[in-house]
Amino acid sequence: MRFSIFRYNPECDAKPYMQPYTLAIDPRNHMLLDALLAIKEHDETLTLRRSCREGACGSDAMNINGRNGLACVTPLSTLKEPVQVRPLPGLPVIRDLVVDMTGFYNAYRSIKPYLINDEPEPENERLQSPPERAQLDGLYECMLCACCTTDCPSYWWNPDKFLGPAALLQAYRFIADSRDRATAERLDDLNDAYRLFRCHNIMNCVDVCPKGLNPTRAIGQIKAWLTKRIL
Amino acid sequence: MVGGALKGARYGLRDWLIQRSSALLAAGYSVLLLARGLWAHPHSLAQWQGLFHPLAMRLASELFLWSVLLHAWIGVRDVVMDYIHAPALKLALYGLVILLLATYGLWGTFIVWRVL
Repeated sequence: MRFSIFRYNPECDAKPYMQPYTLAIDPRNHMLLDALLAIKEHDETLTLRRSCREGACGSDAMNINGRNGLACVTPLSTLKEPVQVRPLPGLPVIRDLVVDMTGFYNAYRSIKPYLINDEPEPENERLQSPPERAQLDGLYECMLCACCTTDCPSYWWNPDKFLGPAALLQAYRFIADSRDRATAERLDDLNDAYRLFRCHNIMNCVDVCPKGLNPTRAIGQIKAWLTKRIL
Repeated sequence: MVGGALKGARYGLRDWLIQRSSALLAAGYSVLLLARGLWAHPHSLAQWQGLFHPLAMRLASELFLWSVLLHAWIGVRDVVMDYIHAPALKLALYGLVILLLATYGLWGTFIVWRVL
């Protein structure tokens, strides 16, 4: 199979370039990550992140034939040749397919991604009823791979101000949690023309999420909570 | 504080709601105008002007006009917020758009109330 892979080493390359590779691999039984690791065996300078290799950790998010996805769960048989592999768009490239995710994590940290509850701790645990727990379905599964956020034009234009779909989905995950007591503060923090309202519902995030989650719906729910609060 | 750099303008919900409610008002007026037009079926300029003559219709037209202008302001401001990052250019564009929309507003108001 033929591949064309984004290469850039800021220490020696003046600018990025696409490097062609040809690999003898059966596309029927392999994922893209298998091919990239096989290429790396021949060319160990090729740099990429990967960890669990089964779509659970989100480390190997990249732009595959123009579409963000996880290399480890993208079957080679679904890809048109030459397979164009690029780093996630919109983030600074550290080297080859590795991007600097500092801004992405800063946005995530700023939504306080943990339960806030000052009430006395119960003997064992804070219980939830099954319907309360069901509110977190479609939210807690996010693994912060950044496929959605880096596919969002609003994030490309304002990465320092707009939180992006992943952080907003996580923000709603804590608003929706019956054990959290900081809903008002969370909503105050999000009620902002940039932080939340740069989202124009184009739904690229929904289209590319490897877990099939729906950040647009979560963002809509945050807007609904904000609206309900003033009515 | 980590989120410090991520703070921006604090008028998100208000403008989002204005944009949606102004769209609803404009849609309602469009339906009203269409219904009145189909009902009255004007054949001449005088009849057409007659559609807009009643005070209630003038008030509705005025409301529609400012709804559309507010809607346009938020929409265009959103586009500028998205794409223009140089403060001076941003401010100049805001000023230009406000001037243009205010002119349309006054001009439209003049037209609505001149119809006698």
